[in-house]
Amino acid sequence: MFAYIVRRLFAVIVMLLVVTLVTFFIFFTIPKLTGADPAAMYVGKQADPETIEGIRQKLGLSDPVLVQFWHFVSGIFAGRDYTGGGTVDHCPAPCFGYSFRTEQAVWPILTDRLPPTLALAGGACVIWLLLGVTAGVVSALKRGTKIDRGAMMTALAGVSLPIYFTALLLLALFKYKLGWTSSEYVDFADDPAGWFGGLILPWVALAFLYAAMYARLTRATMMEVLGEDYIRTARAKGLTERMVIGKHAMRSTMTPIATILGMDLGALVGSAILTESAFNLPGLGQAAVTAINNRDLPIILGVVLIAATAVVVANLVVDLLYAVIDPRVRLS
Amino acid sequence: MPEDNEAVPVGAPEKTIPLGEEAPSATPEVRPLLRVEGLVKHFPITKGLLRRQVGAVHAVDDISFDVRPGETLGVVGESGCGKSTMGRLVTRLLEPTGGTIEFEGRDISHLGVGGMRPMRRDIQMIFQDPYSSLNPRHTVGTIVGAPFRLQGITPDGGVKKEVQRLLGLVGLNPEHYNRYPHEFSGGQRQRIGIARALALKPKLVIADEPVSALDVSIQAQVVNLLDDLQDELGLTYVIIAHDLSVIRHVSDRIAVMYLGKIVELTDRRSLYGAPMHPYTKALLSAVPVPDPRRRAQRERILLKGDVPSPISPPSGCRFHTRCWKATEVCRTDEPVLTALRTGHQVACHHPEPVESPGEAAA
Amino acid sequence: MTTTPEPAVDMAKEPPGGRAYLDVRDLRIHFPTDDGVVKSVDGLSFKLEKGRTLGIVGESGSGKSVSSLGIMGLHTVGQYGRRKARISGEIWLDGKELLTADPDEVRRLRGREMAMIFQDPLSAMHPYFTIGAQIAEAYRIHHDTDKKTARKRAVELLDRVGIPQPDRRVDDYPHQFSGGMRQRAMIAMALVNNPALLIADEPTTALDVTVQAQILDLIRDLQKEFGSAVVIITHDLGVVAELADDILVMYGGRCVERGPAEQVFYEPQHPYTWGLLGSMPRIDRDQTERLIPVKGSPPSLINVPPGCAFSPRCPYADVPGEGITRTERPELRPVAGEKSRGHVAACHMTQEDRTRIWTEEIAPKL
Repeated sequence: MFAYIVRRLFAVIVMLLVVTLVTFFIFFTIPKLTGADPAAMYVGKQADPETIEGIRQKLGLSDPVLVQFWHFVSGIFAGRDYTGGGTVDHCPAPCFGYSFRTEQAVWPILTDRLPPTLALAGGACVIWLLLGVTAGVVSALKRGTKIDRGAMMTALAGVSLPIYFTALLLLALFKYKLGWTSSEYVDFADDPAGWFGGLILPWVALAFLYAAMYARLTRATMMEVLGEDYIRTARAKGLTERMVIGKHAMRSTMTPIATILGMDLGALVGSAILTESAFNLPGLGQAAVTAINNRDLPIILGVVLIAATAVVVANLVVDLLYAVIDPRVRLS
Repeated sequence: MPEDNEAVPVGAPEKTIPLGEEAPSATPEVRPLLRVEGLVKHFPITKGLLRRQVGAVHAVDDISFDVRPGETLGVVGESGCGKSTMGRLVTRLLEPTGGTIEFEGRDISHLGVGGMRPMRRDIQMIFQDPYSSLNPRHTVGTIVGAPFRLQGITPDGGVKKEVQRLLGLVGLNPEHYNRYPHEFSGGQRQRIGIARALALKPKLVIADEPVSALDVSIQAQVVNLLDDLQDELGLTYVIIAHDLSVIRHVSDRIAVMYLGKIVELTDRRSLYGAPMHPYTKALLSAVPVPDPRRRAQRERILLKGDVPSPISPPSGCRFHTRCWKATEVCRTDEPVLTALRTGHQVACHHPEPVESPGEAAA
Repeated sequence: MTTTPEPAVDMAKEPPGGRAYLDVRDLRIHFPTDDGVVKSVDGLSFKLEKGRTLGIVGESGSGKSVSSLGIMGLHTVGQYGRRKARISGEIWLDGKELLTADPDEVRRLRGREMAMIFQDPLSAMHPYFTIGAQIAEAYRIHHDTDKKTARKRAVELLDRVGIPQPDRRVDDYPHQFSGGMRQRAMIAMALVNNPALLIADEPTTALDVTVQAQILDLIRDLQKEFGSAVVIITHDLGVVAELADDILVMYGGRCVERGPAEQVFYEPQHPYTWGLLGSMPRIDRDQTERLIPVKGSPPSLINVPPGCAFSPRCPYADVPGEGITRTERPELRPVAGEKSRGHVAACHMTQEDRTRIWTEEIAPKL
């Protein structure tokens, strides 16, 4: 087991390095090939050649890509000094460079943007688990009835409707027509009620999509589990139906759901772009969209790295969790 | 103890009692169709950071036997004894770790896929599960005709005609050429598998649990069919099964396997009449007999516990952990498969006394 | 089943009390499907007293497993929420009728009064709970005790069924047990509440011969010790011959022959029973002859042949005379004879014909 964890951690590090390298290569080398100059991008439109050259020196953009990559990676762990034009700017670890646009350090920008994203993902997750798993279990138990068909129709709608459509619908109804919510994001520390009010619509929109997927998954898994021999054994022991479903069947049904949940949460950190844009949430996804529009390469790189880390770490956690959930995995 | 581990029952030790009546063992001059010598298959187990090999499943561990033309060799043993692996090695669906397999005098132990292709005409396999061994998307005609296509052979009268002849041969309606496997019952599907195996007129057929998935009444149909086909086509069978009654019914000679080893190898009558290995004895006594009157009289040898893991088989004799006759020597020395009587090979330090099967010794 | 003198079939309703411990009457279990109604069990009756063992023999699809699940009230399992299985008839257990009883009352009987062992102990145990937890759970649902007592009881039972180091193995998961030990644990789970009725559905089919012998021995010992009524369901005539006092042969959802084990083996009355005996390779005798298989395949339970369900496969279908076997369903009729108490068979042939065919044509070839 220990060897397994070590091997997995090692794989995580290699994976992240590769992601970094590829992203780095795409964002810093390819623009060069197409004639765009990162240094010019950094400085802005009306800059004289000397300034551009100075920036190029300072950011080390004329170094070979691998050297630049090394500076970048070591900057993440050890911080980095930018020397040029007679000044030394120290960027403390973890250093992801400076925004081309605002000239702020990337890392604080990202950490500012993280809480809304985490709040969105976490809150939506609670809702979709409650709704999706309940709907799935009820559907499985009432297979073929109107309840089942109704739930599955709703789930089908949830899976197929694009999130911006649901988002606009929710906004139109609850914000503009009924005026129930503000949909402005405020910090939790400043105004908990406002925080909740601002997030409730994004939560619902995002949760609707995922609840639909989870309901379908839960229903399918639950139906399969109910056909298992050990469920028959549980009934043969004289357990109440509540124990048969709630304890024996749920235990098995939750295993694949826990697996998928971990991965979905990981992926959501970088992929809630549409939800965040639709509701104007100042999260990572929105930061990414703005950065892409502004060709703000360091921020894009930072977001990609955080998203990748979240996915890879979530996968690792899921695998380790699996060993806790399933004793058969634990021992082999 | 008699001399060396000798796979061929030539030159049996002098002190054994000659056996007159059982024909197969008395004609050692016939050249064997299949000869297996010191066959070994280990499946490696890897572990740790660098995936070092930390051990191996000793599935088949140094077994030797012959199969003579026209006979049926039964291979019997409990799960995990390596009998199925042995079948897959002989048909070269698996690569042996060691030892040699000779078919008609030719070493096929390490032939590649290409080298085996011509041999596949002569060696065919019938599988246990008539549900999963047939492709559900192919018609029966395609399935049974596949060997012709793979070997690039056109039989006289064309593939279709030949396939229909084969279907008739195994007792299926030739008109059902265009049907799919799911339209047939379990027993009929097993017949399809047999027809496919016989398409190229093989010399040797290895059948791995050919009837164990079938109902009793159907099982008898297939057993009889295998019997008839052997008579008609002069086939040689190696039949692998866990059911000692079925093995008794179909086999001329029988090899009993335990944890990757052959512990006893002899003709049917000696094995069932006068087993010499304690494991064989226990195995036979454990089979439930369909006769309520015998219930009270029989003495049953109840073995303790389960078969040990083939990953770390017991030292010395592999059966010593469950054997009621085991002594110190069994823990330390591995008994060699030796002919204690003509054609009766046993690997045991304390075999049951030599006696003639059935009737009293001459 | 008892050895009561009257023919054990088609008895009119009699007051409860005085009836057998387990008394099944005209049990029918039908499953509506898109292709038609599957008549898995179609009019099954038998009786069983405490301390006796009934062996139900049949091939796959004969209805033997479904009928035992029906007794336990578990016949809908696996069909959850689908169109409901239809069950009718009467199942009397210790004077209570189960089909008309409150489902929760039947639930309380399950595991306490009647328990069941299944074929494949690996899939019949929950992979995520320890063996001990699963046994203790079966105990606690019927006894008001704490976890510690239940665990002690689990260790006690594991010890009784022959698991070495039970106090340690009680915390193992099912996959850590070998096949034989799992079946022992399964038996421990079934016996934890001292049930008076134990139903074993192919308890040794998934096991090796030497382990099978151990398990059969265990079942026999436990029955002696607990004095319970045992129903053993199997396709293996060897297994019933080892354990059963009485044998019930099922074909196409119905009972075709039933009687004391010796009678069924030595004077079988139904051609299907002959077929089973003839198809079976024997380990206890040297067979020179070929096996005598039953021709054809078992019937579909949706379109059970009219008349005698076995008639399309029966070599003697024409013996009783023109076509009656294909139009009229034979009733179970008692077999005459001194030793034949409680021996019944559903065959149109006269007993003389059957005796003649058995003694002259079948028995010599076995």
